[in-house]
Amino acid sequence: MGFMTIDGRRVEFTDEPNILAVIRKAGIDIPTLCYHSKLSVYGACRLCTCEYDNGRTFSSCSEKPADGLVIYTNTPRLINYRRTILELMLASHDRDCTTCLRSGECELQNLARRLSVKEVRFENYRRHLPVDSSSPSIVRDPNKCILCGDCVRMCENVQKVSAIDIANRGMKAIVTPAFGKNLGESDCVNCGQCRVVCPTSAISIHSAVSLVMKELADPDTYVVAQVAPAVRVAIGDMLGLNHGDNNMGKLVAVLHRLGFDEVYDTTYGADLTVMEEAAEFLERIRSHGTLPLFTSCCPAWVKFCEDRYPELFDNLSTCRSPQAMFGAVIRQYYREHRDQMKCKRRLVSVSIMPCTAKKAEILRPESHTFGEQDIDYVLTTTEISAMIERTGYRFDQIEPEAPDVPFGVGSGGGVIFGVTGGVTEAVLRRITAGRSRQDMEAIKSSGVRGRDGIKEFTVNYEGHELRIAVVSGLANADTVMQRVRSGEVHYDLIEVMACPSGCINGGGQPVGTVKSSTDQRIAGLYKADVNYQIQRSNDNPLVIALYDGMLKGREHTLLHRNFSHKR
Amino acid sequence: MAALSEAAVRQIEEICDRYQDTATPLIMILSDIQNEFGYVPPEVQEVVSRKTGISPAKIYGVVTFYSFFSLEPNGKYVIGCCLGTACYVKGAQKVIDRFSQLLGIEPGQTTPDGMFTLDALRCIGACGIAPAVSVNGKVYPKITEADVPGIIEEYRTREAEGGATA
Repeated sequence: MGFMTIDGRRVEFTDEPNILAVIRKAGIDIPTLCYHSKLSVYGACRLCTCEYDNGRTFSSCSEKPADGLVIYTNTPRLINYRRTILELMLASHDRDCTTCLRSGECELQNLARRLSVKEVRFENYRRHLPVDSSSPSIVRDPNKCILCGDCVRMCENVQKVSAIDIANRGMKAIVTPAFGKNLGESDCVNCGQCRVVCPTSAISIHSAVSLVMKELADPDTYVVAQVAPAVRVAIGDMLGLNHGDNNMGKLVAVLHRLGFDEVYDTTYGADLTVMEEAAEFLERIRSHGTLPLFTSCCPAWVKFCEDRYPELFDNLSTCRSPQAMFGAVIRQYYREHRDQMKCKRRLVSVSIMPCTAKKAEILRPESHTFGEQDIDYVLTTTEISAMIERTGYRFDQIEPEAPDVPFGVGSGGGVIFGVTGGVTEAVLRRITAGRSRQDMEAIKSSGVRGRDGIKEFTVNYEGHELRIAVVSGLANADTVMQRVRSGEVHYDLIEVMACPSGCINGGGQPVGTVKSSTDQRIAGLYKADVNYQIQRSNDNPLVIALYDGMLKGREHTLLHRNFSHKR
Repeated sequence: MAALSEAAVRQIEEICDRYQDTATPLIMILSDIQNEFGYVPPEVQEVVSRKTGISPAKIYGVVTFYSFFSLEPNGKYVIGCCLGTACYVKGAQKVIDRFSQLLGIEPGQTTPDGMFTLDALRCIGACGIAPAVSVNGKVYPKITEADVPGIIEEYRTREAEGGATA
């Protein structure tokens, strides 16, 4: 607590962790490239350098506020420093802005513009380094890297994966997996959070846009799409709409225009997951099976668990993820209904996801049925936005359309899968006897909601006290796993989403200067939930119809993974 | 990558155990390994990672940051050319270039016969005798390009006469 003088004005501070936070609170947007409030302070970019009244300079991200400090944030000397720092960064950067996929949303480009850097006085000493596209999810282009270290700290601090670090020194310094290997050969779990914090396009999404465009243009294909819950509340970000608004209707309409023959809602797939996972959970409780049950919706978490906690593999639900369940169901549906279709074109199954790890998931064994890969391509929110921009279809003007039958209806329980706690809330709705508004309210206020990385609460089920943990962020998951393994805590159900606050902050969502806030995206999904007529997955008539029809006797083949242990 | 022998793995684990109670043990572990094995290759870093829980990417970052650590075995004679400020202005670049040319290797590399490793050093604190060169710790003062063939010859001759170390 105290007061500081910033550029001649008195500013109160309370519990801000550093001077930078006080400056920003005072309404001054000091530029930074390596500072993220969720990550450890690094002090590498030096752009936040400020000056004390004695003329000494300091980086404001790494100094504590103190009562009576007098500082300046924008003296001619400081502006000169910042511009020189940017010039030096640009001297080792490829500066191919016009052909760069982050153009317009790049933080480096934006700062060069803000600080009016019109020329770079230094010789460009960039080395041409190979681009690493070995991972199905993420592409690394070291030529665009400014060594801010955000990706490294995200991977280490928030995700506890530590697949990458800075190697070598000086001009040869590079962000790389161990031993200079490719990302595809590393411990990367494909969550894409490195890409979320990357200020440039040094880390980007492994794009499937061109491949999907080709399939759409092919007269011999029948292209169907499924759209995940978290996409609808973020798709507006890059297309100039209100942040957090649910744009599912517009998205369906524009996908039809782009040439998708059918557009389905992954919320339906999530409903199938609720049915299967709730059944598995109750069965494990009844038969004293392996508990706690871990959710298996998130492929980055599943890979993390397999790699780090192989001894807890049996705790993972055998359910496929919503994407994978739905992918299997869609392909099976077209196997059976081929003759009824107007023509016998080749099915191409595309899923539209907030997630980079989903691109890796479709290649895994549990995403294959009868020897066939269920889903052909995954497009992230960012990629589908790019496709829309490319065609010029005016997203703001297009009239909303409904998703297609027979998989176009989901429940509120399915749609909240996109936010941490959603899977658990939907499963609780499924197993609760009551279906009244009061029953739904009771579940909502059980402790399942909120942005905390680890939420613990108990729920009463037929006389049992069910102990539940809801976790997001893999470092948090690691903490919980260690406690579970040591026997320090006992749970019945643990939901894990790799990305902080869940899929709404997935690695494939819009980032950088355009992105909406976590709170806006969460509010958007909960609002969507309230607007559904059906709240519980088991009340979805199309789900019931599927169980009575195509799924009969084939639940396990289509909806569960058919292998036990990977190793 | 050759697999490590069981004995080597045990030795690395024993080195890791020495620093169990140290808050940040990595550099100590790696320098003991460097001293005892002569280098810290990837397969050794993997063992350290398994034993300490520190990620391979982080260990690789540390090994490649400090010039003291090497990923490959050093030659029998390690020639260090100081390129610190004083040596540099007195012409050390020409000296190291000459070594490079005569040995056919770049700084940081080892000759194919395993005899010489050429290292570029930052200041070794011998500015009064710049440019300075050290071979396995023995310091040669005020070296010029013309002295380089003689130094190489000295060690070649020594090898030919029975290979006593410097």
